[in-house]
Amino acid sequence: MDIPYTSQARPDTGVYNAKVGVWLFLASEVMLFGALFSAYTLLRVGALPADWPHGLLNIPIGTFNTVVLITSSVTVVMAWASLKAGRLDRFKIFQAITVLCALAFLGIKSFEYRDKFTHYEVWKTDGRRLTGHIEGKPSFLTLDKLKDAKVEKIRFIPDAHHYAEGRLAARKHDGEHAAVEIAVSEIKRLSAFVPAHSTYFAIYFTLTGLHALHVLGGAIVIAYLLGPGSRMWFKDPERFTNRVETAGLFWHFVDLVWIFLFPVLYLL
Amino acid sequence: MNHSTQDFLKHVRGYLIVGAALLIGTVLTVWASYIDLGHHWNIVLALVIATTKASLVALFFMHLISERQMIYLVLGFTAFFFAGLMALTIGAYHDFPPLTVTR
Repeated sequence: MDIPYTSQARPDTGVYNAKVGVWLFLASEVMLFGALFSAYTLLRVGALPADWPHGLLNIPIGTFNTVVLITSSVTVVMAWASLKAGRLDRFKIFQAITVLCALAFLGIKSFEYRDKFTHYEVWKTDGRRLTGHIEGKPSFLTLDKLKDAKVEKIRFIPDAHHYAEGRLAARKHDGEHAAVEIAVSEIKRLSAFVPAHSTYFAIYFTLTGLHALHVLGGAIVIAYLLGPGSRMWFKDPERFTNRVETAGLFWHFVDLVWIFLFPVLYLL
Repeated sequence: MNHSTQDFLKHVRGYLIVGAALLIGTVLTVWASYIDLGHHWNIVLALVIATTKASLVALFFMHLISERQMIYLVLGFTAFFFAGLMALTIGAYHDFPPLTVTR
């Protein structure tokens, strides 16, 4: 049995069925990310200024990733336009660039995540707070783990600025201080920049993790359409072009979400 | 040059212009964040630039500038419920107990 209206527009809606389907799906996605943005807003207004980190995310890397996603949005729409012009060869070039951009985005994002897992904040018993790196750059270390391992002191390389100094001051990455020794008995709390560190990192990892899963899902679909899925072009070019368009709509939505995530998480 | 090639080139030109505008918007967003306009105005400016960029993506890349009524209907419902969600968020902000909202 043939699925109706995969190539031609349905007379009452004026569009092919998959397009209505993908827009309904995107509507649910708007509400999903909308709910998380709402959570972000309420967490932020409920946090003390000194407890809402600034300057801990790498702005040049975030900017570069934004450029990568914008480039992929251009190539995905060009791939669709190529098919409209009957050029499968051009379509393949543009889709291949899109997949490369998606992989680059995910690679850069995982590099950023790894950097956060080795970056720490120390809350000392005298009330002082320091951010920086533990010598040897271990990941996911906690105070309990240090105590269990009977470690008496750590060598800590503090950042030049703590985020409590304010949004713009915290962005100055003018080097690190010299390594200091901190006795474990003087530490009240120790946390890497993981979701448990603060509500900021909890919502940061939730939003960017969910977005990265969308990038991965979109990349898999685009790669399929570039590879084995492209055989449909020779049997039913109109239907194949429609498939590419719906995948493209999803991809643009992923780009659109990042356009808001970048300033909200990295810059403000 | 045949019709399809001309058509393709016309589309490509348009998409490249929108892509360039999005890149300029990204640079503007970063640049504006280094200017201290006061906390609230920095947020407003960043959101204005982001909304402009998002509109460009939606209108030109997602072809909403010339879409069928059915799609606008779906989007109309989405916009209504999204606005409701944001209204609830703002309402919740104003409903916080005294001294719990810090900014």
